[in-house]
Amino acid sequence: MSQDVLAGLAVILEEVAGVDPADVTPEKTFIDDLDVDSLSMVEVVVAAEEKFSVKIPDDDVKSLKTVGDAVSYIQRAGVAA
Amino acid sequence: MTTTPRQVVVTGLGATTPLGGDVASTWEGLLAGRSGARRLTEEWIEQLPVQIGAPLATELPLARVEARTLDRSQQMALVAAREAWADAGSPEVDQERLAACVASGIGGVITLLTQHDVLREKGARRVSPHVVPMLMPNGPASTVGLEFKAKAGVHAPVSACASGSEAIALGLDIIRAGRADVVIAGGTEAAIAALPIAGFAQMQALSRRNDSPESASRPFDKARDGFVLGEGAAILVLEAAEHAAARGARVYGALAGAGISSDAYHVAAPDPTGAGAARAVRAALRSASLEPTDIVHINAHATSTPAGDLAEAVALRTALGDHIDAVAVTSTKSMTGHLLGAAGALEAVVSILALRERIVPATRNLDALDDEIALDVVSIDNRKIGTGAALSNSFGFGGHDVCLAFTV
Repeated sequence: MSQDVLAGLAVILEEVAGVDPADVTPEKTFIDDLDVDSLSMVEVVVAAEEKFSVKIPDDDVKSLKTVGDAVSYIQRAGVAA
Repeated sequence: MTTTPRQVVVTGLGATTPLGGDVASTWEGLLAGRSGARRLTEEWIEQLPVQIGAPLATELPLARVEARTLDRSQQMALVAAREAWADAGSPEVDQERLAACVASGIGGVITLLTQHDVLREKGARRVSPHVVPMLMPNGPASTVGLEFKAKAGVHAPVSACASGSEAIALGLDIIRAGRADVVIAGGTEAAIAALPIAGFAQMQALSRRNDSPESASRPFDKARDGFVLGEGAAILVLEAAEHAAARGARVYGALAGAGISSDAYHVAAPDPTGAGAARAVRAALRSASLEPTDIVHINAHATSTPAGDLAEAVALRTALGDHIDAVAVTSTKSMTGHLLGAAGALEAVVSILALRERIVPATRNLDALDDEIALDVVSIDNRKIGTGAALSNSFGFGGHDVCLAFTV
């Protein structure tokens, strides 16, 4: 798992939802563990697309339950690009 | 059969205004006769014919993350509501018996404008997913309702510059009707932006005294030339009297009644006969079971427009008859500017404090009373008043007339 992507996501989550970066670990779920609501999740996705130069279609966002899901997705999408 | 309506009392006050970040500093500013108006310094101001306004006196005490999904009008409402709720003793209440009525005249116009810029410059994908909840006119009511878990209804009556007063009147109705025991009620407005200023200026509604902002808002004065656009929020905790008594709450006074009417005359111009406004005043007296002679003080709508102030003076004489000569009238807007949808809420707070402290803050900038204004307008020095009742008027574009009646 990329530590760079994980750290980048932590920066976004702090900016968008005030999540403590220390709480951003792969097993955490966005909604239940980190208290990121569905609207803020949209902001996280848009910010991640920009930061990591990837596309995350809305249909795929639903499958990103945990921080680890998002890191893996971004890594795969980055490689594909 | 006649029944006595449920008594409604005021147990908490909160505000953030051009004079101060809370009720105490705002009241102190009013008693000192300070002006909250100043020359605006935003980069867009140079293109506008009106370059003055009355912005908040202080930064809003909110965390960055808390503020970023709220329009400025919601942020201000939240700050004022927290103060009011704490002032009421942060009571433990049945959430299913708690309602919120928080109005705005214009809604999240700053969000609307800034997000429209984002759409045009960066595209749809960059528009904030929070934009709709931030710009909807019921946004501030929702913010306050969520903060205090109000489950008996969340309301946002929209009636331009009468909105704040109408929200309080609705709160009264809700408690009288038994639909809630406690209502967090008031108004908020954050519209100091280029488009609203340009629009009000095109209506010839704003003062053009760009070189002397502190003397620009001059209600009832011969040389008045329009209002000064202010911003802010004010919130009252309204409570059924028996509910307040049962928890031993400190009571400021009673919201004794409210009257609402409409001019059916013109969308923006006041009816020069003041007939609609007079009907609202008389309706408030009936609602409060008061006689004209009970009134000792009136906090006038008095925005400092030539036509509006005159029509209100005519209306007050129509409604109260010759007793109006014995009533101490003042205009809070001479110091705060016009807070639009928050104005009536702030003036409700000020009216209650004036009755309770038995002192009416003087109207600022009243150098020479307009010869056609036959009112006893308190000027230069604050005035002591006796016990009695107070009225607070609010009128809005659309022909809205609202009058609130308070007793202590």
